[in-house]
Amino acid sequence: MEDIKPIMFKVTVDGVEVEVAPGTTIMQAARKIGPEVAPPAMCYYEPLKGTGGKCRACLVKVAAGSAKDPRPMPKLVASCITPVQDGMIVENFTSPQVVEARKAVVEFLLLNHPLDCPVCDQAGECHLQDFSYENGVGTTRYEEERRTFEKEDIGPYIQLHMTRCVLCYRCVYTADQLTDGRVHGVMGRGDHAEISTYIGRAIDNDFSGNVIDVCPVGALTDKTYRFKNRVWFSKPVDAHCDCEKCSGNVQLWYRGDEVIRVTARKNEWGEVKEFICNACRFEKKKTSDWVIEGPSKVKRASVISANKYAGNLIKKPDFALKLAESQYKKIDDTRPFVSEMSEIKKSEDYKTLMQQNENYFKK
Amino acid sequence: MATKILTEHISTPGIETFEVYRKKGGYTAVEKAIKKMTPDEVVEEVKKSGVRGRGGAGFPMGMKWSFLAKPEGIPRYLVCNADESEPGTFKDHYLMKNMPHLLIEGMIISSYALGANKSFIYVRGELMYVIRILEKAIEEAKAAGFLGKNILGSGYDLELVVHPGGGAYICGEETALLESLEGKRGNPRNKPPFPAVKGLYQSPTVVNNVESIATVSWIINNGGEAYAAVGVGKSTGTKLISASGHIKNPGVYEITLGLSCDEFLNSDEYCGGVRAGHRLKAVVAGGSSVPIVPGALFLKTANGEDRLMSYESLSDGGFVSGTMLGSGGFIAFDETACIVRNTWNFSRFYEHESCGQCSPCREGTGWMQKVLNRIEHGKGNMSDIDLLVDVSKKIEGNTICPLGDAAAWPVASAIRHFRDEFEWHIKHPLEATKPGAVYMGDGVLV
Repeated sequence: MEDIKPIMFKVTVDGVEVEVAPGTTIMQAARKIGPEVAPPAMCYYEPLKGTGGKCRACLVKVAAGSAKDPRPMPKLVASCITPVQDGMIVENFTSPQVVEARKAVVEFLLLNHPLDCPVCDQAGECHLQDFSYENGVGTTRYEEERRTFEKEDIGPYIQLHMTRCVLCYRCVYTADQLTDGRVHGVMGRGDHAEISTYIGRAIDNDFSGNVIDVCPVGALTDKTYRFKNRVWFSKPVDAHCDCEKCSGNVQLWYRGDEVIRVTARKNEWGEVKEFICNACRFEKKKTSDWVIEGPSKVKRASVISANKYAGNLIKKPDFALKLAESQYKKIDDTRPFVSEMSEIKKSEDYKTLMQQNENYFKK
Repeated sequence: MATKILTEHISTPGIETFEVYRKKGGYTAVEKAIKKMTPDEVVEEVKKSGVRGRGGAGFPMGMKWSFLAKPEGIPRYLVCNADESEPGTFKDHYLMKNMPHLLIEGMIISSYALGANKSFIYVRGELMYVIRILEKAIEEAKAAGFLGKNILGSGYDLELVVHPGGGAYICGEETALLESLEGKRGNPRNKPPFPAVKGLYQSPTVVNNVESIATVSWIINNGGEAYAAVGVGKSTGTKLISASGHIKNPGVYEITLGLSCDEFLNSDEYCGGVRAGHRLKAVVAGGSSVPIVPGALFLKTANGEDRLMSYESLSDGGFVSGTMLGSGGFIAFDETACIVRNTWNFSRFYEHESCGQCSPCREGTGWMQKVLNRIEHGKGNMSDIDLLVDVSKKIEGNTICPLGDAAAWPVASAIRHFRDEFEWHIKHPLEATKPGAVYMGDGVLV
């Protein structure tokens, strides 16, 4: 007889249990539960193979390794690369140790990152901004000089400002996996490591623009869009077109009637769903080039949604409703519901209540 | 006279040539292993010896070998880590330069034991002349039939490749070494998967230090039990210690593990004591990464017992009062050494050598270096000391590879043991920045 292996692993993240297939990472399991328990990610990018493990933003505590071996793991582990085991218990936001470590990661990432969000093009859609707002502290202890770099043009469409880079390597993986003949990578070492094209060679291929979308910060920006707009003044709209090279599913960013930017569509974790080609991104900036599908869904918490959508379009927080539904029992009361005062006065309940009152005052 | 396992013949003239090495009993272990033993028997013998990895972590070598995955149809690799770049450690350099055949003999036996048909020696790029010595030795061994196709008529093939690294400290981390060997940027990999499952070219790989591999031939010749009989407790065998700093006789010494620290430091056979007219202040016992301890804590543990040169005894007291044997890079400091400057110097090294992959190490090493630089140059604040402790704590354990820990420990331990010296630097910046100025505190000198 062969042993019947469990097909699904049970994992508990912050007290919520979920069943996932073997080989899933802790991050994926937590994301399956929902954004309330999902660890933040600065370098991990699901569509790109091999990403993760670098930023240490997603560190979690494994309180029990598995059902068979319930010892805790000695160190905090990067949830984006650690596969789950059956019966694993993971502590994320509930562990003070993790919260501390994450504060430290925010601090480290912001050491050399300029704190000039108001003049940065990425502000409003910056992962580092969100990450530090949600997990960091409001002050800095860093008094030293920050590392700076000259701005660098990568081809006709993309500008690189290394000073803002957090070295997540996402763009390197993008260039590696989407385009043939990678011409950009990381040079140098330590805190002076630098994303660069070798010998100043421009990235010249049809999918190079995707590095802009994957960049979590304002290091790689769209030269056709740079400093023309703040993201919260524009309105994202889903649209598509027939494209030979890519799926053609994009997001158009309108300001008034004008398309000021075209980007790929992103999922709720800020990851690109389908990579788009440069022709769609940089050259089709008229409404007539596109078939409009309707307004994009934007998270209520996002600054992009500010003052744009009527109340009924705002999605209610599902998790809270689900939780409320599961936690509260229905009131077990079969008495008919009446709202008319005359009816109420006739009811038995009312009479007993009045009787009680009278008895009380008589005393 | 202490047992010499590695360096018995090291002073014989011409030992770097095949003829002399063979005359001194070289390559008999290869003959014995390949002709009379199965690979599993070799592994068993190494397991019995209890020899621990000499690269720094001290993980039992036989255990590491037995973890190697052996799937059908996939090649297995043995990689020798000769990328010795830890400040204070120069034992592998010494061994390879003088006795290249000892390493090659060990490589042949180890590869045979692991079933590897192609093995690599990854030597740090600065040691180009050592690479030439090794290559010449490989040619000689090949000519004698100990390498290449059908070794000694057994049907076992082995090709040995010497690969020069680019001179990066990080490439001494085993997964970074493998990346570098594959021709990529030397960034450490995420673990799991471990190299024993997916290492070089996604195949099962064992990475061992030069000194570890060099011990294998003696173990095969004399048996694992004989090796285990040398040394103390779980620290079996001998260890090469590269001694430097303010001692009378700097150099590489082969010690039997379990030798008392006092004897190692003061006997004329080894370091010969602190240089004349000076007193011991602090010791880095196993290369720059291990915690620095005051001289008194090096000679005796916190409980007052004599400390021994062994994995267990040196780490007695944990990080509070102990240190580690590490890679055997022994550095002694006398009272003329400034601990703040030394810590800053180590930090500069780690900042320079951090690969820049994961954020705590990339940013944290630079931060610590800058703060230490300020303290050393008379611009520190009292809050900086606690800041350094806090930063080192936040790097430690949160990184991909142990470089983060290695950068954090020297800083944390220097502050733990020499806090008053840091405070003196901050309180008296004018005095502290004078050339050659050193804090003369009480109670730290031996």
